Amino acid sequence: MSTNSSSAPMPTRHGNAAARAIDLRKVYGSGDTQVTALDGVTVEFRPGEFTAIMGPSGSGKSTLMHCLAALDDATSGQVFVGEADLTSLGDKELTRIRRDRIGFVFQAFNLVPTLTAMENITLPMDIAGRKPNKEWLDTVINTVGLSDRLDHKPSQLSGGQQQRVACARALASRPDIVFADEPTGNLDSVSGAEVLGFLRRSVQEFGQTVVMVTHDPNAAGYADRVLFLGDGHIVDEMNEPTSERVLDRMKSFDGAAHAGQVT
Amino acid sequence: MLRATFKSLLAHKLRMAMSAFAIVLGVAFVSGTFVFTDTLNSSFTDLFRQTAPDVTVRPEKAEAAAAGGFTGSDTRVVPADLVDTLAALPGVARADGDVSDQSTFIIGKDGKVVGGNGAPGVAANYNDAPAADGSPIVTITAGVAPTGPGELLLDEKSAATAGYAIGDTVRLVTSGAQPSVTGTMVGTVRFGESGNLVGATLTIMDTATAQQLYLGGADAFNDIAVTGDGSLSNQQLRDAVTAALPAGFEALDDQQIATENENQLQQGLSFITTFLLVFAAVALIVGSFLILNTFSIIVAQRSRELALFRALGASRRQVTRSVLFEALVVGLVGSTVGLLLGFALALGLKALFGAIGLDLSAAGLVFQWRTVAVAYAVGVLITLVAAYLPARHAAKVPPVAAMRDDVAIPESSMHRRLVGGTALTVLGAGLMVWALAFGGGLPPLGGGVFAVFIGVALLSPVIGRPIVTAIAWPYSRLFGTVGVLARENARRNPRRTAATASALMIGLALVTTMAVLGQSTKSSVDELVSTDLKADYVVSNAVQSPFSATIAAQIAEVPGVTAAVPERFGSAKVNGQQTLVAGFDGDQFGRVVAINVKSGDLQTGDDGILVTDTRAATDGWRVGDTVTVDLPAGPAVLRVAGIIATSNFVGADIVLPLAALEAGGVAAMDSLVYVDRAPGADPAAVSAAIGTVLADLPTVTLKDQKAFADSQRAPVDQLLAIIYALLGLAVIIAVLGIVNTLALSVIERTREVGLLRAVGMSRRQLRSMVRLESVAIAVLGAVLGVLLGLVFGISLQRALSGQGFAVLSVPVLQLVVFVVLSGLIGVLAAVFPARRAARMDVLRAITTD
Ligand SMILES: Nc1ncnc2c1ncn2[C@@H]1O[C@H](COP(=O)(O)OP(=O)(O)O)[C@@H](O)[C@H]1O
Ligand SMILES: [Mg+2]
Repeated sequence: MSTNSSSAPMPTRHGNAAARAIDLRKVYGSGDTQVTALDGVTVEFRPGEFTAIMGPSGSGKSTLMHCLAALDDATSGQVFVGEADLTSLGDKELTRIRRDRIGFVFQAFNLVPTLTAMENITLPMDIAGRKPNKEWLDTVINTVGLSDRLDHKPSQLSGGQQQRVACARALASRPDIVFADEPTGNLDSVSGAEVLGFLRRSVQEFGQTVVMVTHDPNAAGYADRVLFLGDGHIVDEMNEPTSERVLDRMKSFDGAAHAGQVT
Repeated sequence: MLRATFKSLLAHKLRMAMSAFAIVLGVAFVSGTFVFTDTLNSSFTDLFRQTAPDVTVRPEKAEAAAAGGFTGSDTRVVPADLVDTLAALPGVARADGDVSDQSTFIIGKDGKVVGGNGAPGVAANYNDAPAADGSPIVTITAGVAPTGPGELLLDEKSAATAGYAIGDTVRLVTSGAQPSVTGTMVGTVRFGESGNLVGATLTIMDTATAQQLYLGGADAFNDIAVTGDGSLSNQQLRDAVTAALPAGFEALDDQQIATENENQLQQGLSFITTFLLVFAAVALIVGSFLILNTFSIIVAQRSRELALFRALGASRRQVTRSVLFEALVVGLVGSTVGLLLGFALALGLKALFGAIGLDLSAAGLVFQWRTVAVAYAVGVLITLVAAYLPARHAAKVPPVAAMRDDVAIPESSMHRRLVGGTALTVLGAGLMVWALAFGGGLPPLGGGVFAVFIGVALLSPVIGRPIVTAIAWPYSRLFGTVGVLARENARRNPRRTAATASALMIGLALVTTMAVLGQSTKSSVDELVSTDLKADYVVSNAVQSPFSATIAAQIAEVPGVTAAVPERFGSAKVNGQQTLVAGFDGDQFGRVVAINVKSGDLQTGDDGILVTDTRAATDGWRVGDTVTVDLPAGPAVLRVAGIIATSNFVGADIVLPLAALEAGGVAAMDSLVYVDRAPGADPAAVSAAIGTVLADLPTVTLKDQKAFADSQRAPVDQLLAIIYALLGLAVIIAVLGIVNTLALSVIERTREVGLLRAVGMSRRQLRSMVRLESVAIAVLGAVLGVLLGLVFGISLQRALSGQGFAVLSVPVLQLVVFVVLSGLIGVLAAVFPARRAARMDVLRAITTD
């Protein structure tokens, strides 16, 4: 239970936000088993910004991201990607938005096991029936440092390498915004640092917008801004975070929320 | 996307191969049927082309006889002086008189008939008239032409089979007045260019001898072959010849003869084609279940990957299409392999038909583009249709699923299925009851059966669960935890279990239907023989072709025989409709066979016919009405003397007196002779005496009541054996379906299997768990199939009770054996999946995602 009111202190600038949510609610199930995962979230992501979303397990981080990324529909409220209101769109348009404007990095890598690294990277363009931009592809591949592994199948790559392939796939189609759900959750600290470094560089060097869900204060330290989620509400926000400050902030959450946290 | 699909296909080679196998079998059947019947067709067409002269002159045939083919031979002849008249016409090079017979069989050195089994034993007079294409119809390949009574030629192949060489004495049985004939072989002939007689045998004698044997010594011919000198086309020649013919004769050019022959051929072939295509359809329907299941499971297993595609921006259509594309590839590969296998199958059929007398060894397989087109159309279409539902289902995967562990594609509720299935089953059952209770006939019954079939298949996930529970009831007691797990595994995905079992259900329902009908037929035969057959013996011809009428006369002379009543068969147009007709004298026949006379009596005289009540009802005949029957010689007006109940001994709806048949130009040849023994006579002595009459005729056999019943049951057993063998294919496909489902389920449950192993389940226990699940699925299919088959078989028997299925008999033991065998099939089907589960590495099993 959060002690904060449901209207969290949020900037409500409009115009050129990469994505934003207004009074977003998401309710799972019905009757006795009903769960309110998001309870009136209003949030905005600026272009070229690296945002981390943190909070205890079950606080609604993944749900928020799924709704923002057009993977799931909201129960009420509005979600915008650029100027497009996702809540008013049908499956066809949502598909097109996912395809053309959004990139994903998943906790479990989610590479297609039968395709090589290169084929996995170009998969979104394959699906869209588009030719990848050769120059950009080379840039991305060089940045993730995988040029000598492109013909390997996922099973022949380490976890860190697989996640870097996934990052390259997310960036290869030059999406407006990249969502990453605990991208380092399955990685050791060295591999995790590589992946985070890469996301950071994509923001710095290419001006990519990145939204990342994480448990790890160290991971949050790579972001420009951290949003803290608790029980379906945005409970706090921190700019220019460092891992120490994030850790401190998390320690200050009440014990009940803490207890549920999984690392 | 396409690439990802393609790679997924390669990664799942084995399971795809298994579902493709269903298509392979179905397509092989379709293409094998086409190739074989095309081959048959072309062999006969060749034969016809090599036989027909430029113009044939013959006694004018009634329309019915020309179109439908009268099965009895035509006794009317062409006078010999017409040959010279025709030869003298302008434009005619030569005219040759032909005498021919279709039932002259060669008895080999070993005393056995050469050929037979439906293929004719042709005898003809010798002449060297050419066919329309200029090649000689027969060519002497060794020895000399026959020049007098007692000299004859055999075709090369028959001579070799019979073991005769030039100079040997050859024995023949004929349908003529003189049933047994011997002669010296003075040479061999080749028929046409290739010597291909398609299983028939050919005996050539000189004209006088042939006339003596087949035309009672008259100087006449069956027909005249007219050969032009080249100045006229065959059509012009035909017209010129027609102008010169007296009334009662007709001239046909080679094209007309060929068309006439081919029409008859098509009727014969269409039966074979239909028979084989029905089995192809069964194989494909069962196969489509296998494909549907395989694709459903693959889609379920790939749901995470498909969700990823959706998350990365693939549209629903793209997901559906990617699954359909896989199906397309499977369909194409399956059709290609099936087509090749079809050729092998056609070779096999050729050999099989060769073994029963239709020798096609001289003919190469005929390959038509139509066969290829049909094979691919059928194979690809069925695969796509079967994969359509899973493909549609795949598109329902929510993109969020890519982010979750517990991926499941939402299942549409069973509600629609339940409603649809129940409605169809009830509708079908109603239709069946209506058809049976109110005599609606076969079409509504068939419709009802089909509706029940689909309805039960739809309902099977619902009704399957309690049945599986019942089947697996002893499991926990006998096998403990392993048994409980197996039972729960079989129950946890009712759709999948049901779809897998449905394939076996279809196969077994058909097998059971056939078993019930077969057993009923056999019981009906026994019943019929014991109640209706009053005669003590039946004389019949082993090669299914009629024999000389003199035999009945000779048997009648045997001491101790009180009656020898012959029966003949033919085909004629009666009241405008082509009909099988029987020939016997009613009052005589009534003494040897019990006939239920509804009205009128059996005293037909020479101009009265007997008709069955069913035919009388359809044509509105009453006793005393007149009916026109088109016989070879022309229409005969006869009166209805009696209306009788349908009888298997009568075997036809119309009975003509022998005198009427003979007057109509049908040769006096009998198919059966019923013999009655005097009450006091010694059975052994009488049958020995009849045996002496038949001694020279190895094709004609004498049977007492019991032997006759046995011989009538034998073809039922043979037919059942063929049908079982063919339905066996459907069962094999169903077994593959079980293998596929289990193998895929095992892969799907990798994590679970690993867990079980980790907590101490042994490999053996794991194997028996899979095996027990498999047995439960197989027995479910068997139980449903046998139940449905019983319902179908019994209702068909009821509907057909007037047509040789009078007695219902259920082969209970056989059905129990089917179910037990299905259980064994389940054990077999589990071998590979169980091994696969047991081999799984524990660690990998629990860490895989
Ligand atoms: N598909 C779902 N059905 C029902 N409840 C769900 C579902 N997904 C998430 N939840 C519930 O919503 C709440 C938020 O979940 P989630 O967004 O996954 O949290 P987080 O990612 O912060 O751990 C949790 O209470 C969770 O149990
Ligand atoms: Mg989460």
